[in-house]
Amino acid sequence: MTFVIDILLLAMLAATAITITRLRSLFAAAMLTGVYSFLSACWMTALDAVDVAFTEAAVGAGISTVIMLAALALTTREEKRPKHSRILPLFVVCATGAVLIYGTLDMPRFGDPAAPVHQTVAPRYLQSYEETHIPNVVTSVLASFRGYDTLGETAVVFTAGIGVMLLLVRSKRLKQDRKSKNNESEEPAQDNPKKKDPKNHIAENCIL
Amino acid sequence: MDYFGLYNYWIVIFLMMTGFYIVISRDNLIKKLIGLNIFQTSVFLLFITMGKVKGGTAPIINHHFDTYSNPLPHVLILTAIVVGVATMAVGLSLVVRINEAYHTIEEDDIHLVEEEP
Repeated sequence: MTFVIDILLLAMLAATAITITRLRSLFAAAMLTGVYSFLSACWMTALDAVDVAFTEAAVGAGISTVIMLAALALTTREEKRPKHSRILPLFVVCATGAVLIYGTLDMPRFGDPAAPVHQTVAPRYLQSYEETHIPNVVTSVLASFRGYDTLGETAVVFTAGIGVMLLLVRSKRLKQDRKSKNNESEEPAQDNPKKKDPKNHIAENCIL
Repeated sequence: MDYFGLYNYWIVIFLMMTGFYIVISRDNLIKKLIGLNIFQTSVFLLFITMGKVKGGTAPIINHHFDTYSNPLPHVLILTAIVVGVATMAVGLSLVVRINEAYHTIEEDDIHLVEEEP
């Protein structure tokens, strides 16, 4: 039963990815990216990764779609028709894909309990209940065994937040400068009803 | 050889290559970021596939079960998802800045503006 769900969800993921490639409307592509994230969250639930599915549904399908829609509102919604030929990228992608598929041929089969991934540190984590007293092993690894890793992650998110803030605040200031410059140059030519009262104009500038 | 057990890997590679194709064949910067997002999610799927154990359940200790899936890939991907969204936010705000400086987000048009004296 799990295997049927697995095959169906993966087929839907592939169909969504192809549709995203073919769409020229960026708004539709952003919404489909949300659908894609949600489908992958469903698939992760089927494969026992419940914590990851939870995060992917909240962060991947939720926050990332919102961020993308905000970026679309500030830029444009339509993609232009590409001018280059598609043959070279298609060839590069097919060649890379073929090499990668050749690389999977000696991978351990799906769900194989004898795979090397399951032999080293994972059994140790699964027996750690006496040490940490947390039934959810993912939580205990995240917050206890690999706590420094999570601290580093927090630092990355903090840095990214500062980066976004610096980029967008600076652009806001530039826009204001440009607007005030335009106002100065347009003043003598146009008869703006707001400009009749100079006090009102100054007050507006102060608020801005 | 049992090739049926490789189905997941092959679909993951297909998704990965779809994302790669969007990144290298499209000129629109936001579309490129969407392609990167698809690529990134396919890597998550690859890791989660490798963590699955046949007959296992979610790694939450309970005396009714004795087989669990591998928790380590889950932890790594949990970190990667959050970092991925953070980097995408930085990328999108760079695109917003580029749009303000060049009034376009198509790579070709940006090159044209750059070449103008």
